[in-house]
Amino acid sequence: MSTAIAQKRSFAAVLWDYLTTVDHKKIGKLYLYGGGFFFLLGGLEALFIRIQLIKPENDFISAGLYNEMITMHGTTMIFFAAMPLLLGLMNAIMPLQIGARDVAFPFVNALGFWLFLFGGIMLNVSWITGAPDAGWTAYTPLSTSSPGHGVDYYVLGLQISGAGTLMGGINFLVTIVNMRAPGMTYMRMPLFSWTTFVISVLILFAFPALTVGLFLLMFDRMFGSAFFDVALGGNSIIWQHLFWIFGHPEVYILILPAFGIFSEIFATFAKKRLFGYTAMVFATILIAFLGFMVWAHHMFTVGMGPVTNSIFAIATMAIAVPTGIKIFNWLLTLWGGNITINSAMLWSLAFIPSFTIGGMTGVMVATSVADYQYHDSYFVVAHFHYVIVGGVVFGILAALHYWWPIMFRRILNEKLGKLAFWTFFIGFHLTFFIQHFLGLMGMPRRYWVFLEHQGLDMGNFISTIGAFFMTFGVLVFLYNAIYSWLKEEPAPQDPWDGRTLEWAVAQPVPHYNFKQLPLVRGLDALWIEKMEGNGKMTPAEPVGDIHMPNGSILPFIMSLGFFIAGFGFIYQTDTDFAYILLFGGMAIALICMLIRSLKDDHGYHITKEELEKEAD
Amino acid sequence: MVNNTKTNDFHKQQNKEEMKKQLITFATMIIFTIIAFLIVGSGMMSKMLAIPLLLVLALVQVAFQFYYFMHMKDKGHEMVAVMIYGGVWAAVLTVAALSLIIWW
Repeated sequence: MSTAIAQKRSFAAVLWDYLTTVDHKKIGKLYLYGGGFFFLLGGLEALFIRIQLIKPENDFISAGLYNEMITMHGTTMIFFAAMPLLLGLMNAIMPLQIGARDVAFPFVNALGFWLFLFGGIMLNVSWITGAPDAGWTAYTPLSTSSPGHGVDYYVLGLQISGAGTLMGGINFLVTIVNMRAPGMTYMRMPLFSWTTFVISVLILFAFPALTVGLFLLMFDRMFGSAFFDVALGGNSIIWQHLFWIFGHPEVYILILPAFGIFSEIFATFAKKRLFGYTAMVFATILIAFLGFMVWAHHMFTVGMGPVTNSIFAIATMAIAVPTGIKIFNWLLTLWGGNITINSAMLWSLAFIPSFTIGGMTGVMVATSVADYQYHDSYFVVAHFHYVIVGGVVFGILAALHYWWPIMFRRILNEKLGKLAFWTFFIGFHLTFFIQHFLGLMGMPRRYWVFLEHQGLDMGNFISTIGAFFMTFGVLVFLYNAIYSWLKEEPAPQDPWDGRTLEWAVAQPVPHYNFKQLPLVRGLDALWIEKMEGNGKMTPAEPVGDIHMPNGSILPFIMSLGFFIAGFGFIYQTDTDFAYILLFGGMAIALICMLIRSLKDDHGYHITKEELEKEAD
Repeated sequence: MVNNTKTNDFHKQQNKEEMKKQLITFATMIIFTIIAFLIVGSGMMSKMLAIPLLLVLALVQVAFQFYYFMHMKDKGHEMVAVMIYGGVWAAVLTVAALSLIIWW
């Protein structure tokens, strides 16, 4: 039961294994597969947008379809690509980093994943009948008056996956508070675990605002309420506030884990302790704290008045301080280090200047007076792509190269890795740098076409060429993943001479992670043991029985139930038959909850004898 | 655990004190609620005075709830306190935003 015997298993067996798994490592992989798939979809949509804008007055896609493309690109990339890819990395790595055998609630973890996946599928099913077209921010009254069912799919898809994310966040919180290995105090936690902890708090506090907003939008669109309908005494600005009270912490939910990733990579490949560890931790917390008080900087032009605008402008600029602390700490980690430059390190090094440009334009758009000029122009598009691609996507790609040996037991090919990096990096700057100037020249965002001879032709052409470079880079990365799986040798346990606990785990990682929980004696736990000549962690406990959770198909069926009920909610405005879906789907989900609540599942034990038999 | 009389006595004493505190806070909360009803029911105060007073009474009750009934005063509840205050902060900001800068 508890071995990793190399054997050929049938496809159905593997499929069943993944459908029922509650193992954090497998769920992490599922998140990566799901997020990767949606990343490709979102990338394809981006490509359509750029092809449409390659020349003035192009008619590659129609105006309506273009609106659907920009909406789906934004929604997909934020909620169904960046979020799950990061959650996948956290799932796969964080428990290993803090010396835990799994997350606190393995069942809830699986449920979180399946809710995310079905939410993403739900959103993309809308392509059949007409996708949402009100922008990824779905501002009312545009979204409440958008015809068809597009925005309904947006609401239900995000609601379902949002519930999953919330579960994921709570799960990580409980895991980190309760399940750290002996000796792993808070101030000895690797930065990636720290950022996981902090963003989980952000998820816990920020997502409810989105949930409430989506419910109000759902009631307005499907059940005839008038929260956002000015004609009936509602207020459409409420949506903007609720969306950004969620939305601004959300961007920190995305970028902070990337900060954690870079901190790990710089320390490992500079062969130095992370410079200013304590300052890094407190900068992370400070960014999270301030991140809650700046949402209205997305709404400077709404007309909140000069006082409100000034307060939010200054609060926003204050975030540049802890972020600057981080940038300098990374530079000083590199300073005088014994630096190895490989693919993971290239992505990390490229992040620093790219992200700093994004931060600089961030302070520019935070200046509320100047923002009246930048607002809704390509300058803003350039700004947030610099921070999200230059920060989050670079971070995810760096992390994939860095942790690939732990997750997939292969080292990614360096040559292909460098090719992917350079094409993507050049393509990224080609695409987005010029957009700053397009924006300053007055090109508004979300417009389907632009006219010729307005000085926008060349800039847009260059931008589109850059998009093709980025596409090529992504394809090379995919090829690299498949190539290394088929051609490369299995990776050794600790290929980078790592510093933190996840590199002390045997390869392939046993499903119980640690036979004996390790004793952590300081920051960079494994490095301390290496420096003292032990080379491996000292166990903190004798070999004993390990309590493991049983797999379950319930999370999958429960999520399927909500997925079906979602269609019921959407189509009950058209036909009463949809109530079959609505009540049927809810019944499936509720019955699963009932089964889970009433049926005791105590898991199983891996006995001491079995563990000893496996030994070395 | 070793079951000698000394620790037993100690625990008994502690439980007794804990119970006393619980009863006192419980009684105080009921009295506070009665006062609140009296203030509103009798109409003895103007709105300007009554509303802040009710809010103060409510705040004290919430504190009793957290610290005594939910044991936040005990050791090992630091993380709980951080989370609760964080949540309160986020909620206050949201309510403030929706009530102060929406209706212009």
